[in-house]
Amino acid sequence: MSDRDERLVGKRGRRGDLTRKVRGETRYTDDIKLPRMLHAKLVRCPHPHARITQVDATRVLADPNVVAVITGRDLPRRFGIIPWTPDEYPLALETARFVGDAVAAIAALDERSADEATRRLDITYEVLPHALSLDEAERKVEVGLGANRKDNVSKRVDLSFGDVDAALAASDVVLEGEYYFEGTAHAPIETHCAIAQYAGDGLLTVWSSTQVPHYLHRELSRVLAVSPARIRVIQPPVGGAFGGKSEPFALEFAAAKLAMVTGRPVKILYTREEEFYAHRGRHPMAMRYVVGATKDGSLTAVDAKTRIDGGAYSSFGLVTTYYSGQLLTLPSFAPNYRFSSVRYFTNKPPCGPKRGHGSVQPRFAFECMLDRIAEQIAMDPIELRRKNAVGADSTVNGFRVTSNGYLECLARVEEASGWKERRGKLGRGRGLGVASSAYISGTNYPIYPNEMPQSAVQLKVDRSGVVTVFNGASEIGQGTDTLMATLVADELGLDLGAVRVVSADSDLCPVDLGAYSSRGTFMNGNACIAAAREIRQKLVQAVAAKLEVAPRDVFVSRGFLCAVGKENEAVPVTEAIVLAESRFGTLGATGWYKSPPKLGGDYRGGTIGASPAYSFTAHVAEVTVDERTGVVEVVKVWCAHDCGKALCPTLVDGQIEGSVYMGIAEALLEEHVIDNRGLHRGPNLLDYRIPTSLDVPDIASILVESHDPEGPHGAKEAGEGPLHSSIPAVANAIYDAVGIRLDRLPFSPGRVLAALRAERPEARRTALGGT
Amino acid sequence: MLPLPRFRMFRPTTVAEAAGLLRDLGEDAQLVAGGTDLLPNMKHGLVGARALVSLQNVAALKGVRVERQSLRIGALTTLESLAEDGRIRELAPGLAEAAEAVGGPHHRRMGTLGGNLCLDTRCRYYNQTHFWRSALGFCLKKDGTVCHVVAGGQKCVAAASNDTAPALIALDATISLESVRGEREVPARSFYTADGIYNTTRERDEIVTAVTLPIVPGRTSGFDKLRRRNAIDFPLLSVAARVDRDEGGIAALDIVVSALAARPRRLAAAAKVPPGTRPSMDLVHRLSEAAKKECRPLDNVEGDAEWRHEMVPLLVERLSRRLGLG
Repeated sequence: MSDRDERLVGKRGRRGDLTRKVRGETRYTDDIKLPRMLHAKLVRCPHPHARITQVDATRVLADPNVVAVITGRDLPRRFGIIPWTPDEYPLALETARFVGDAVAAIAALDERSADEATRRLDITYEVLPHALSLDEAERKVEVGLGANRKDNVSKRVDLSFGDVDAALAASDVVLEGEYYFEGTAHAPIETHCAIAQYAGDGLLTVWSSTQVPHYLHRELSRVLAVSPARIRVIQPPVGGAFGGKSEPFALEFAAAKLAMVTGRPVKILYTREEEFYAHRGRHPMAMRYVVGATKDGSLTAVDAKTRIDGGAYSSFGLVTTYYSGQLLTLPSFAPNYRFSSVRYFTNKPPCGPKRGHGSVQPRFAFECMLDRIAEQIAMDPIELRRKNAVGADSTVNGFRVTSNGYLECLARVEEASGWKERRGKLGRGRGLGVASSAYISGTNYPIYPNEMPQSAVQLKVDRSGVVTVFNGASEIGQGTDTLMATLVADELGLDLGAVRVVSADSDLCPVDLGAYSSRGTFMNGNACIAAAREIRQKLVQAVAAKLEVAPRDVFVSRGFLCAVGKENEAVPVTEAIVLAESRFGTLGATGWYKSPPKLGGDYRGGTIGASPAYSFTAHVAEVTVDERTGVVEVVKVWCAHDCGKALCPTLVDGQIEGSVYMGIAEALLEEHVIDNRGLHRGPNLLDYRIPTSLDVPDIASILVESHDPEGPHGAKEAGEGPLHSSIPAVANAIYDAVGIRLDRLPFSPGRVLAALRAERPEARRTALGGT
Repeated sequence: MLPLPRFRMFRPTTVAEAAGLLRDLGEDAQLVAGGTDLLPNMKHGLVGARALVSLQNVAALKGVRVERQSLRIGALTTLESLAEDGRIRELAPGLAEAAEAVGGPHHRRMGTLGGNLCLDTRCRYYNQTHFWRSALGFCLKKDGTVCHVVAGGQKCVAAASNDTAPALIALDATISLESVRGEREVPARSFYTADGIYNTTRERDEIVTAVTLPIVPGRTSGFDKLRRRNAIDFPLLSVAARVDRDEGGIAALDIVVSALAARPRRLAAAAKVPPGTRPSMDLVHRLSEAAKKECRPLDNVEGDAEWRHEMVPLLVERLSRRLGLG
């Protein structure tokens, strides 16, 4: 579209699925009910680590409502999202590795019968020694959870850039800090659900609330030993994922196998408790940082040691371990850097990617360190960040940076929050804190090595004037479907309502790698624009022929194609489509995206964390701290986010608000704790508390546009970046308010009181109700 | 999702009919009003009942009536209407505030006063699924033999978690019960016992029909609750207070602290305040410090027990000051 004012891109508007969602018409996976469908439940291990010695289904099969029982022996092939670490069986084969690990599946005529039957499956276990914390995982090597069974190590990464020791020795200020992040869960409102149907002709169809239908397709084929040509994966609308649905899970394999065994459709819906066992939430991390700086505020070196509690399986752990160090080198950093990260296995629900995968925990630690450095050298913490902004087009660990709106992000939150006038002047008990971060717009490489596109779109053009986008990407609530429709509508001059989007169906849509690592806007957007432009060219040529002008003189406006000098002969888009179809035959196009070759550093692991573009974020948080109750309230958060270009600003605002919500929840409330018996401390939404609408701070979302040269219309990610620095911004604001440094999340009232007491012994008497 | 077990459902229209059903069905039956507590507990396998007797169609149990010297509230009155009722807000604000503090809007619309009074006690080791409890090895309150809150404990210490209970005790309410054996009235302060397994003196065949509050000139009351979120959460601690004033100063005073253990605790220090005492900050401090000594939260609900303990004097102080005690 040539006239900027007519473009939908950059304009506020409703998401395409809004009305259906608000009216309750959206059909999620659990809403699908097939004729003769069975319901299955997984039987889970009650021990943190145990060998399965016997499974006796006699009592279960005596129930006429029970149709089939399967165990690990029915699915004896390993899977894993990372091709190098496949260490999970759909149902534990010999040993179960945490309380809640799936060991069998039972299909019955109804959900209640299946549930009741789980209690009648007689399983004999031999209880094994277990490790339930980082310290135990390090010490109790005999538990043998590692691949070699000689220790509990999952992955170790040591990388060094520059001369850290020399730089620290030459620094004016060297500070050390230790931090701990217990980990959190995604808590999507829709729990995992899968339905499998095995047709008489041998076609297996699986509907799943996944965010990676393509990887699911591949793993189903491998584990079930069924050709991918005989499998169709469909992802219905997803009710929240946040990274918790970005790999295959036991339920998809179990439903598929049970469907194959029984010849009937099978549904499995996880309970809220099972959602906590499937987990893949944020890893607990114990982090030790040494940061050096000169008196004038130049960071000299960063030395990081991180221990990561991975839980029972690898999941994305290889990537997490790299990310814990690799993603720290923007936006303000030192020229010398060394990190050593070790991920351990423990007998706990497996950890994985949660919004801001691998880097939210180190970001918390590092941004708190920066606040301390600033204080030590009496420099404004925003000024310190500004001074150390990575200005070059490459980071210390070799990542290419193509666009950078960081300084504008800092300036915008500084101004909006009244930082200069208000910080340090709000009186005791109220404070402001700042922090900043950067994040990837997609990973540069697919999870399994290949040279094919990472995102792709096919367009079908109908004579009626409707264009359908067959889109491999996964709509998980973030709004990719709306974005695709917007991009196509702009290219072809169509109304939004004339563009339909069919997404994430392996029979209908080209392959996209999935909704993870904030890749959708950048990769899928580019793919979509490429396809739409191909159609646009044909429309332009057909209209040019009709109007007898050169194609370059034809432009697209809303609803019409016109030619320069012949504005009164505008051709409606629908007519242009008919002309083009008459001239070229049936209209269709494909578009795809492949990231530039050879991004990343030239060292082992140097590609992990490399992205075609990086987003930038700055947060200022304003908090109050009640020194008698220890209660921290986040009053307001200003978040400036450089998303390159806000294609759908309302959706970007939504991502910022959602990210801040999630970050504040992790700062104040959420803590995913497994107790010393290996039991989840409360696998439900009463005990695992996420904020209600009454607990959310006022959020100011500030959009910064740096126009990335390779992004679709200049756009970059917005889904994960705006979470990172919200947590340390709160920590730093607490320091501004009451002078305590909190090094462990969440900042619960008990911890705040303890820290206040350590700081000021007289606080104790106040809390006791004295004067 | 977690399925409900199978059960039969009865919908009597009179109290007598409901009482008859309870007698006939015996141990198999369980009363249900709003169901906000019972149904989740049934999904968790905590309730053995195979029949539910619903009170929803018993019209006589609904509504608030102001009599000459008392306020009579039908047991089936919803928490939402209690919280919004102008007469309750004026005559027994502590009860309105307590009702308003229960759960979220949906719970208050479904939940009833009678149901809240009879709310099952709660504990982190009890309010979990059957699978979770089986992995734990069950507990004293249900299916097991040991208490996990107090190592070696032989008494269940699950916490009274009903917000209205401390308010009604402080307000000197009377609870009316009816069964096939007849009717009786129990002072709210004697309604609860220290047994976490079953913490009321209601016989299993009895129906709570109404709550009566005396109307006393010069009376004021209030309620406060400790929780991590501003909605949904059960109390980590709750405090209700009632103050009667006359020309001589404080005529009578009652402060009740709950969500500690099975029985809401009436502060001895408050009951002992002699008539004629004048409000003062000194009085407030004496009450709050005594509260901290008298109350000792256990690790029975999801929340830092030490922090809950430290918050006892604070909540007592805040509420006392709000009610003009100092």
